Amino acid sequence: MADRFPDYDVLAKRDSLSWNDKTRAVVDARIATSEPDVLSEPERAVLRRLVDRIVPQPEGRAPVNAAALLLEKIAADRGDGYRHARLPKVREAWERGLAAIDTEARERHGTGFAALDNRQADSVIQAIQQGDVCAAQWEAIPADLFWSYRILPDIVSAYYAHPSAWSAMGFGGPASPRGYVRLETNRRDSWEAAERAPDAVVPASERNRHVR
Amino acid sequence: MSDKQSDGPRATGGRAPDVFTPGGWVPMRSHEDSEEVDFVIVGTGAGGGTLACKLAESGFSVVAMDAGPYWRPLEDFASDETEQQKLYWTDERIVDGENPIAMGSNNSGKSVGGSTVHFAMVSLRMRPEHFATRSKLGYGVDWPIGWEEMWRYYAEVEQALKIAGPVRYPWGPKRGRYPMRAHPMNAAANYLARGAEALGVDWTQTPVATLSAPHGKAHPCVYRGFCAIGCSTNAKQSVLVSWLPRALKAGAEIRDLAMVGRIETVNGRCTGVHYHREGEWHFQRARNVVVAGYAIETPRLLLNSANAEFPDGLANSSGLVGRNLMVQLNQAAWGHVEDDVRSYKGPPSLAVCEHWNYEDRGKDYAGGWSYMSQGPLPISWAKTLAGGRGLWGQALIDEMARNNHTVGLKMVGEVLPDARNRVTLTDETDQYGLRIPRITFAYSDNDRAMMAHATDFMDRSLEATGATDRWKEMGDTAHLNGTARMGHDRRTSVVDADCRSWDIPNLWVCDGSVFPTVGGVNPSLTIQAIACRTADRIRTMAAQGEL
Repeated sequence: MADRFPDYDVLAKRDSLSWNDKTRAVVDARIATSEPDVLSEPERAVLRRLVDRIVPQPEGRAPVNAAALLLEKIAADRGDGYRHARLPKVREAWERGLAAIDTEARERHGTGFAALDNRQADSVIQAIQQGDVCAAQWEAIPADLFWSYRILPDIVSAYYAHPSAWSAMGFGGPASPRGYVRLETNRRDSWEAAERAPDAVVPASERNRHVR
Repeated sequence: MSDKQSDGPRATGGRAPDVFTPGGWVPMRSHEDSEEVDFVIVGTGAGGGTLACKLAESGFSVVAMDAGPYWRPLEDFASDETEQQKLYWTDERIVDGENPIAMGSNNSGKSVGGSTVHFAMVSLRMRPEHFATRSKLGYGVDWPIGWEEMWRYYAEVEQALKIAGPVRYPWGPKRGRYPMRAHPMNAAANYLARGAEALGVDWTQTPVATLSAPHGKAHPCVYRGFCAIGCSTNAKQSVLVSWLPRALKAGAEIRDLAMVGRIETVNGRCTGVHYHREGEWHFQRARNVVVAGYAIETPRLLLNSANAEFPDGLANSSGLVGRNLMVQLNQAAWGHVEDDVRSYKGPPSLAVCEHWNYEDRGKDYAGGWSYMSQGPLPISWAKTLAGGRGLWGQALIDEMARNNHTVGLKMVGEVLPDARNRVTLTDETDQYGLRIPRITFAYSDNDRAMMAHATDFMDRSLEATGATDRWKEMGDTAHLNGTARMGHDRRTSVVDADCRSWDIPNLWVCDGSVFPTVGGVNPSLTIQAIACRTADRIRTMAAQGEL
């Protein structure tokens, strides 16, 4: 789908009153996060491919380092405050789950998950989503729980932590202390995203270039 | 993400952070561990923080401990969902049962001020009949406190927090004016209003604990919309910026990063608490111990404090510590509209409908529910679409890009008490060496009938406003109550109406754990009202020599 918010960039507001110092510090650090040294290289390749299929990169925008952010969570073994009784901790869950995904790919398509084409990779993902899996490794990590407790929340949380993802969805992004003034229906503050509209007098891209 | 304050505990050496000033400090009274204080309070959220203030203002010596850090919101809080996970209780907990509860972000806090630091500020009173559901409505169990008394304490809390609310509240007995004018409604709230009018039910502006005019050192709300991950401008009247500054001024001591692991008893009375701070265990002596850790940590501490005198845990002769855990149903209906809604602006729930809390006819289930307009942030919304609707890949990305045209209504529904829903201890231990909790939960048929009715009604409301591509989110829960309930009878409750344990006269519980039933509104205002009442009762009993 064409970008609904052409030329809108949350980061253009980085030095404005919409970002406080704390926000600048944490978002700067996040954008600069590279993959930590955790998991084996083959495991990381499976994870990268999985992330790429669950949350495709935004077109024409700075790439989202979702795989690096997820690996950072795995390296820290950082939980969310709850763990299903049938799942191990974060890092172990991902180790077991990635192994199971890779075996599932080999059994279905004769090659590892990282090397599958998009259609094949998606068919493996669908099998996990539907609990219709055959690899023996799933006995060590129930596919339905790995899907709902790790794959989906961990990956989308990493992706939507990045400003490129915020810009692509027309989200206002950080907003302290400036906040917003126009709360009513169909009203937009000048520091918010404008959406592409066929009948717009001023094109959205023109408005978005003035977002500060 | 910074999980902890890098500089260790802040409230030490006779001073505590000034929440209103970057880098600032306020003086704080300090007590030695060896000094037997009148009250040690475990937890500084809606129950413990409020009680600490009220007891200190009554002249008692108070030490309130919290496992979490002491934030200064103006300098410590980012407009960022990931960073602000530092407000949540993310220590390991095991969840199981037929419908395991998602913990962490939406129902537990680990900060001075507790989960009020990240609550959505919705401040509703429970319907009067909901304090006596057994005798008035034929289900659940009665509270040992009457509604008239609770409504007096609601008024006190609403004044203290300067709640911004409507001029006339459509449901229930007459109530006074809210202290501050209601906030303007955002587009999402207007969609609730239009739907309610189309279906012929009342709606109103949600009474919320964020300022609509200046108050003390805090500014009015700027409508930044990140309320549920912590307010960085101090407009939100969390316990951190409302009751606790008062508590400090009145002489209470607050200890941050202080994890209480065990309550000590001698000859059937509490003598103090063992707590972990700055890498070692300490023992604070106290004449009274108040447990205010919310519905998971409260039973966990009581159970972890089992000793030779009380082998089944403290205050547990009824066997009910940890039982009757109640969440609230948090199902939703969502849809698309042509209008630009941008629900990320303003507090997330600026309009509310309590029709189905007050109307008992037309239901095939017991209990009540309210519903509110919504404004989810990106990560929260992406998890909803992925987990609740099964979207991933380009379908997820495309749906996220329609977020500015998404409207939603979400319920807060009454789950009935069920002894099988409970908190127990596992054999696994945490970073303090304490056994971690297991949280077991399953919906009942009554819960499912309520969900079906509520999601249908909310969906019809959206339909009436022209929303298309509608869908129902069936999985979510909110809030935690029960697990140390109050009652008239020591055989069927853990504490009495004064939050005093039946078994140990100087052990108290003051938080959402004491709710016998949970009603169809967010619990924070009720928890604070109970804390105010408990403080008054303690003052009265102390004057009569009954402590």
